[in-house]
Amino acid sequence: MSEEIQVPIRSDQDIVAARKKGRELALSVGFSASAATLVATAISELARNIVLYARSGEIQVRSIELPQRKGIVVVARDDGPGIANVRQAIQDGFSTSGGLGLGLPGVRRLMDDFEIVSSPGYGTKVTARKWLL
Amino acid sequence: MEVPILKQGQFLIATIQAALSDADLLQLRSALAQQVVRFRSRGVIVDVTPLDVMDSFASRTLREIAHIIRLRGAETVIVGIQPEVAFAMVQLGLTLEGVATALDLDEGLAYLNEKLKSTS
Repeated sequence: MSEEIQVPIRSDQDIVAARKKGRELALSVGFSASAATLVATAISELARNIVLYARSGEIQVRSIELPQRKGIVVVARDDGPGIANVRQAIQDGFSTSGGLGLGLPGVRRLMDDFEIVSSPGYGTKVTARKWLL
Repeated sequence: MEVPILKQGQFLIATIQAALSDADLLQLRSALAQQVVRFRSRGVIVDVTPLDVMDSFASRTLREIAHIIRLRGAETVIVGIQPEVAFAMVQLGLTLEGVATALDLDEGLAYLNEKLKSTS
């Protein structure tokens, strides 16, 4: 049976809640403590982007059970301003907030698959998966 | 959740108890900046053992703490970064460059004592 959690993101407190629930789900899917930490860290960065750029949004974490493999998918969705240059946003060192510019490229490194859909005025949706070996 | 800061001789020891929100981290930063002045401390230890996630914000704030304390002429050492957390930090590209780290509280105290000896 697939499990799913949903956490509305509006403040820095919600970032903590999202990564905590995401870690628990990753552990219940069978990820090691170390891999669950990677997932929790990725969730933290994605939730932080929502607070920082969109003010509010949602983090959804779901287990994936395919005949061949199991894993976890994290979806971060917001109706914020969107990203004009997605290619640039996923490059190392790029930041518009005076941050470290590690957010999206960092998430890409922490997870196995990474997709982003965004356009100015329509918000952003990031989907990132991690597979159990 | 506020982080308790203990004064021990010339040092301040901040022991994080549970997961911290961004606001908690910023609160810790200003509390340490003030107390290091009030107590004329020579060194600060931040024990992050219970932290199960160190993301870009936490990492940046710890760096800022270390830099602020250095401008006051004192040393900071971060202790207790868990192995999984260290692994995730490296993947994320967070190196805490320029910040002293040690395995645990004992090692942190030893580091600060050594530092003080060599500067006095």
